[in-house]
Amino acid sequence: MSMLAADTRTRPGVIARVNPVAKLAASAVIALPLIVTLDWVSAAVALALESVLFVFAGLRWREFRMRTWPVWVAAPLTALTIALYGAASGQVYVEWFVLRISEGSLALAVATFFRVLAVALPSVVLFVTVDPTDLADGLAQVWRLPARFVLGALAGLRMVGLFLEDWRALELARRARGIADQGRVRRFAGMAFALLVLSIRRGSKLATAMEARGFGAPGRRTWARASRFGRREWMLVAVGVAISAVSVSAAVAAGTWNFILGPR
Amino acid sequence: MAVDLGGPVAPVTVSAQGWGWRHASRRAWAVRDVSFRIEPGERVLLLGASGAGKSTLLQGLAGVLGGDEEGESAGALLIDGVPAAQNRGRAGLVLQDPDAQVILARVGDDVAFGCENLGVPREEIWPRVHAALDAVRLDVEIDRPTQALSGGQKQRLALAGALAMRPGLLLLDEPTANLDPAGVADVRDAVGRVLDGTGATLVVVEHRVDVWLPLVDRVIVLGADGLLADGPPQDVLGARAAELADAGVWVPGIPAAVPPPPAAAAGDDLLRAGGLAVARVRGVPVATGIDLEVRAGEALAITGPNGAGKSTLGLTLAGLLRPASGDLSASATLAAGAAPTPIAWRSRELLTRIGTVFQDPEHQLLARSVRGELEVGPRALGMDEVASAARVDELLERLRLTALAAANPYTLSGGEKRRLTVAAVLATAPRVLVLDEPTFGQDARTWAELVALLARLRDEGSAIVAITHDEAVVDALHARRFALTADAAA
Repeated sequence: MSMLAADTRTRPGVIARVNPVAKLAASAVIALPLIVTLDWVSAAVALALESVLFVFAGLRWREFRMRTWPVWVAAPLTALTIALYGAASGQVYVEWFVLRISEGSLALAVATFFRVLAVALPSVVLFVTVDPTDLADGLAQVWRLPARFVLGALAGLRMVGLFLEDWRALELARRARGIADQGRVRRFAGMAFALLVLSIRRGSKLATAMEARGFGAPGRRTWARASRFGRREWMLVAVGVAISAVSVSAAVAAGTWNFILGPR
Repeated sequence: MAVDLGGPVAPVTVSAQGWGWRHASRRAWAVRDVSFRIEPGERVLLLGASGAGKSTLLQGLAGVLGGDEEGESAGALLIDGVPAAQNRGRAGLVLQDPDAQVILARVGDDVAFGCENLGVPREEIWPRVHAALDAVRLDVEIDRPTQALSGGQKQRLALAGALAMRPGLLLLDEPTANLDPAGVADVRDAVGRVLDGTGATLVVVEHRVDVWLPLVDRVIVLGADGLLADGPPQDVLGARAAELADAGVWVPGIPAAVPPPPAAAAGDDLLRAGGLAVARVRGVPVATGIDLEVRAGEALAITGPNGAGKSTLGLTLAGLLRPASGDLSASATLAAGAAPTPIAWRSRELLTRIGTVFQDPEHQLLARSVRGELEVGPRALGMDEVASAARVDELLERLRLTALAAANPYTLSGGEKRRLTVAAVLATAPRVLVLDEPTFGQDARTWAELVALLARLRDEGSAIVAITHDEAVVDALHARRFALTADAAA
């Protein structure tokens, strides 16, 4: 299943092997200023700088397209919506019912287009190469999140594949039992409930298996895989900080910086 | 050959003193008044009827039954003189369901999991992981995805995960019930090597006595109140043979009752496959070039190793999956006015033509009571209440479910669930019956009942298609064999 990318160790690219926790931190650092401002300069500059980062991300071109296409669809759609319905200001070009395209709404649309791309693309690209097990190791060892919580979530994630198989089997079974001809909505609700029951049962079995291996036993837990936060990790975070700083400076210098939480 | 697992471990002494356990949600005790003592290094086979509390006892020994909010305990259950619940890590437990015990995404990480929890230093963990994988002969890379393993491999992985903890007590709860014959032998042999290498104490629960008999030196039989028998295997199995067989244990030397051979020759073809390729995921056929006929009054056994596409073929024959390519057509008798290909039939049209019993009963349960479950099909056909009630009553009786008519299907035992799903399919009297591993994990009594029922349906003119690893079923039904090979996929 594609969610559980088990092939991160064989990926090319410098960034693929960086500790997932650093990837998480870097994407947060890049996204933060873009979320609090609404201007096209900071977003466009950030996007331009990120595109250099993508080259080292360890993604093949085809994979890049496959993983990011929803973003490429969402960005223009969001921009279009803002252009048509966004707060009007300046010169109004078109006006028809509630629809109003103005100078202000067009500027907002452009800013939104770049912002969606600049926030979403690095998150997608950095996280495609994250292995859930490595992320759990990082969260528990580097950020010291509780092991019980992190490992519980990790083990639960592995069951997603089983749920997909269960869902298919439930579908076939309903056809076999003669109730698949009509009542699509009701059938869906019934299958969702059946899946819930199955997943609770699977979950409790998994909990027993984990406890049988000493999970939750008193005493200190050790970690078979060391999660290191070294030079490479700090460098990625630094790159994130740099992208942030340059894009904010560019916006301030161009006079377009528009802090959405501050006074207008 | 013994395997170096870092040498022998200190085997464990087990002592139960009037021990019992009642689950918080139940009124009856799961286990009651059990007393025994198991010396270090002893190898015990634990037997008992379905519902005698064998699994509860094993989980008690593994210390995973939980605290007061999970249930109530009585007496004492000690491992090396310490209450089992406080002695986590001294016992390693392997359960029945291969899918339920894989914890992490990569083989090596999964085996290391127990060591980590017990606080084993990192530099010591990886040698233990490799030794444990060697011991169970699981010869795959340590970063192999665990979901890519077969059932038998997953069970050996679970065993390796337990072994890496260096337990002085190995607890196995029907570890081979869900495996094909090759998988059963692999797991059993791995356990044997490990015990020879470590000298650990063993308690294994299993209906199939013959699998474990070469390995064990003592048999304990659990009854409703305390122990029924306890002693060397020959003595216990000899003295209690009839009683054990009646409780569903496969006692060596007491073969399960087998129905008579078919009364008449096979009838007309009902389904015909020509050059059929089957796929669960579109574009990825798992078996190709299949030519076969399903005939009235005949049993057809689809056999072959894991991964050969048996279940996919079964679901395709059952009209549930669209053929990837090739032809699958129903005879005019079977179609009875419906389209010539089963996949084109409406869901309701399948009911009287082809019935399917899924491998996992829980996938096909729909109602809140056993009776309700049997009424689903007749209601979908628009059968009137009186006729439906009569048919349901007859099936409840025939499959020994009358006493459970009001019970929630999810609360039934494995054998009861299997009988229920078969009964639910029979409620609409389909001409063809497709069953996926109907006898998997069943005790001897349920096995004999199922086989007798299928033989009778066959003699009444139904076509039986059984996907099975179980050679005994193939023989007992005098089934025509259709073998899929692992490399059948192009």
